[in-house]
Amino acid sequence: MPNSARRTVAVSIWAVLATMMIGPVLIAGASPYLAYRNTAYIVGGFAGIISLSLLLIQPLLAAGYLPGARAVTERKWHRWVGTAIVACVGLHIGGLFITSPPDTLDALLLVSPTTFSVYGVVAMWGIVLTAALVILRHRLGLRYATWRLVHNGLAAIVVAATVTHALQIEGAMETVSKWGLCLAVAAATGATLIDLRLIRPLFARRSDWRNHGPDADKQKAGE
Amino acid sequence: MEGDLEDNNPIAKGEADMKSPFYNRRSFLVSAGLATAVTALEPVGLLSPAKASGLAPTRSMRGGSNNYRPNAPMVERLGSGFWVSGRVRRAGDGAPLEGVRIQIWAATSLGGEREPRNHGSVLTAADGSFRLEMEQIVPNFGQPHAHLAYDDGAYETVFLRPVMPSASDTSVSTEFVLAPA
Repeated sequence: MPNSARRTVAVSIWAVLATMMIGPVLIAGASPYLAYRNTAYIVGGFAGIISLSLLLIQPLLAAGYLPGARAVTERKWHRWVGTAIVACVGLHIGGLFITSPPDTLDALLLVSPTTFSVYGVVAMWGIVLTAALVILRHRLGLRYATWRLVHNGLAAIVVAATVTHALQIEGAMETVSKWGLCLAVAAATGATLIDLRLIRPLFARRSDWRNHGPDADKQKAGE
Repeated sequence: MEGDLEDNNPIAKGEADMKSPFYNRRSFLVSAGLATAVTALEPVGLLSPAKASGLAPTRSMRGGSNNYRPNAPMVERLGSGFWVSGRVRRAGDGAPLEGVRIQIWAATSLGGEREPRNHGSVLTAADGSFRLEMEQIVPNFGQPHAHLAYDDGAYETVFLRPVMPSASDTSVSTEFVLAPA
């Protein structure tokens, strides 16, 4: 592919991604409900929406799928986006607590009447554990393969719980753009996990077998 | 022994069968107390079967008391365009209760559930009905819902949190069946 065409594809991918991430946030910004809410509620709500939006780019950065940046750079961004998600979750819960302490406490104590609260709390603990796993990475003494598996497992739980949480809520997000973002987030995480932990290891093993297995010498001699 | 008693007790059985999501510290204590009292009274024959098999009292809903401000002022109306209505009856015989104060609050286009302008009380009419016009209720904490309370002592306290099927609904109605305190 010539350089110019490659550049066009890269720009298009980034443009689509940016639209998918920013579009639903802007549409939520036009919600009539915002006029009836106080600042803490609006900040808390949007921190939640932005977290959901950041979950779209997060696995793509981890896998280094995005064009135009080196893998090392994307991993660095993955850490920054992770930090931003943790900060947003803090703002989300803090803002909701200021708005209505009893509703927020009911949710945190799992006695809220709304089922989406349970998914929200599951996602929150998943994110807390993920942050702990990152901070204590060296002190935990886990092998990298094990650490990665736990990190991926938590990520899958966080994404599934967050998407369910968001879809059940009647709030500032507009329905179609919310479903679009939620499906994209689930697809991005799902596809990344399947590629990194299933397809690539399988192919790696096969090529490993071809190069180092019992028939490897014969194959080489035949070439 | 105790299990047998409970199996034969229509009130305890009715409560156990009820599957609606329910948790509230106050009402948990109240219902636990009631259940104990009923179990204790039954063998002595102090509870007539007719009363026990009558209309069961409404139980408080989860989150019903959230952002409650006791003694909301009596109001003619809190706004216009949205109606909160219902009726109040006595547990057991189902007789309508007149002159009972029902406190109502909700997040509306005026502001959230803690906004004082969104809190008001009304009294029931002779047929036990009540209604209050207020501003449009808007989704709050993920669901469009109202809050209603009976909390005046003559009957057991009940907090309700009815959810509107749609955020564009312009009314919500509910029912209180109150048990004497």
